[in-house]
Amino acid sequence: MQTVEEIKAAIEAAVPAAKVELILNPGPAAEHSLLLSHAKAVEIATFLRDNPKFKFDFLSNVSGVDWLDKEITEKVKVTKPVTKLVDGPDGKVEQTLEETVEETRKRVEPGYLESVYHLYSIALRQGPLVVRMRTANRTEQVEMPSLTPVWRSAEFQEREVFDLYGVVFTGHPDLRRILMWDEFKDHPMRRDYVEPDDFEYEPTAHDAVLKRSLEHKSGEQGTEGTREQEVGAA
Amino acid sequence: MSLTETKTEKLEGWNRPPVIEPGGEGELLEVAMGPHHPSTHGVFRMDVTLDGERVIKLKPVFGYLHRNHEKIAEGASYLASMPYTDRLDYFCSLTNNWAYALAVEKLVAQEVPERAQYIRVILAELTRIQNHASSIGFLMQEMGASGTPLMYAFKEREKILDLFESLTGSRMMCNYMRFGGCRVDVSAAWLDAARKVVAGLPAFIDEFEALLTSNEILMARCQGIGVLNPELAINAGVSGPMLRASGVNYDIRKVDNYGIYDRFKFRVPLGDHGDIYDRYMVRVLEMRESIVILEQALKDIPAGPIMDPKAKIRGFRPKPGEAYGRIEAPKGELGFYLISDGTGNPYRYRVRPPSLINLTILEDMCLGSNVADVVLIFGSVDIVLGEVDR
Repeated sequence: MQTVEEIKAAIEAAVPAAKVELILNPGPAAEHSLLLSHAKAVEIATFLRDNPKFKFDFLSNVSGVDWLDKEITEKVKVTKPVTKLVDGPDGKVEQTLEETVEETRKRVEPGYLESVYHLYSIALRQGPLVVRMRTANRTEQVEMPSLTPVWRSAEFQEREVFDLYGVVFTGHPDLRRILMWDEFKDHPMRRDYVEPDDFEYEPTAHDAVLKRSLEHKSGEQGTEGTREQEVGAA
Repeated sequence: MSLTETKTEKLEGWNRPPVIEPGGEGELLEVAMGPHHPSTHGVFRMDVTLDGERVIKLKPVFGYLHRNHEKIAEGASYLASMPYTDRLDYFCSLTNNWAYALAVEKLVAQEVPERAQYIRVILAELTRIQNHASSIGFLMQEMGASGTPLMYAFKEREKILDLFESLTGSRMMCNYMRFGGCRVDVSAAWLDAARKVVAGLPAFIDEFEALLTSNEILMARCQGIGVLNPELAINAGVSGPMLRASGVNYDIRKVDNYGIYDRFKFRVPLGDHGDIYDRYMVRVLEMRESIVILEQALKDIPAGPIMDPKAKIRGFRPKPGEAYGRIEAPKGELGFYLISDGTGNPYRYRVRPPSLINLTILEDMCLGSNVADVVLIFGSVDIVLGEVDR
């Protein structure tokens, strides 16, 4: 099979204005992957499926991954003017000096939702090629293009990613919840998902359960109604 | 009413099920088949729209058995998920174990000793035989052959489960494989017992086939029903006996040569028409090929360790990275996708369930057929709800 770099070069040659980024896998499996931009994703997928050199006709697996916001603490050397009192000829004089100081800064790298596609070629008996797409962030912009029009096998799997992670696949013909029930709010596979209390099933609530159920009753629980991504809106 | 009335309009090239216009004069009837229905193999619902006897729309509804297996595994250590994989497809716990062990071994580049590889092959092929036998038995049960074929299959399955029990301590929830080998060694007596069971299997399949293969009712009910063409099967990610019954030569044992499958001589049975009968036939022939593999493996099994001595058990923390491992499970391609962030728990643990993905084209196969055939078509997919809903 061609290396991921070769496939990336072929995509860039065939699909104009395609943005493809190589994501390295540091583990021993060394299955490197290609990160597709949203705009050309369907075109690239069609190219990968139909091009006689690749023929990735079998989409095996679609999985969602949730990457939380990362808070990164780093030490930065900053040069800034400092005003100091310096001994001069006629007593103390104010003087501005450049001084390099080390500062600790915190910045938040926004998290994102990702869906990972494992492609195989039945015609050429090769694979896997790992392709991924990322949303802009985890809360508002959670759309990405659906690959179901290219590979039918994504139909149920993308529904599952939508259900459990809340990724909205634009162009999916039938995007509904698949495993959870329709009235369910929130997306249980997200890393920051908080399980609701099942205090109804605790006949004599006590200790931790009692505490949580009291919190629940005071309406402070944050799991309901926070993220409403109805299918109809998409 | 024939299928010629089918409108095959395409939605932006999407391979979607055809839209069938109701042709009768009566009203359409919506039927919820399941979730409590003897033919659904558990709790599964099909919302079927009927025009008389003819199916014009079918939507599967999942999730009655959903327990978020993947989320639970993210909160547990790598090894702690091993017993839980038994509960995915509870007919084939040993192949589930193998798929998960294979993915983790790929994640940490772990070698598996020779003897353990042979034990894995023996157990996986025994699993395949008992799964195929009982899935055919259930299919016949749904066809109305109450009891007899299923009991024949279960009689044989019982012998294989006895083997599993004497080796692993459990009939169905085996929890046997480990990262880098297996949990306990097989004894010489166990191997003898296994050889005895395998020697009895061809006679069982002959008997099974004499009862079923040329049975007039079976042929009338199965031939030409639920046809799946190879292009759609590939595009929809169908795998396992379903895919091969449609004539696509793709067996992961041959393609990936995982484990030590390149050492065994066996053939890959293929279907021609992609109907229910071909799926039945492919399963029967696969059982025969499994026997061929078992005979070779039981003859060649070497002595030696069953665990790699370098395998890390305590403080198992794979380096950051990801891996996708897949095997040819009896129901199709079973894969595990793991992402490690360097801690003792997987950051992401994903099961690629063959049962769920093989159901993608259930509607396509059922459209235009009678409601009684839906039960058969569904039975020929061979699913287990523990794996569909996870």
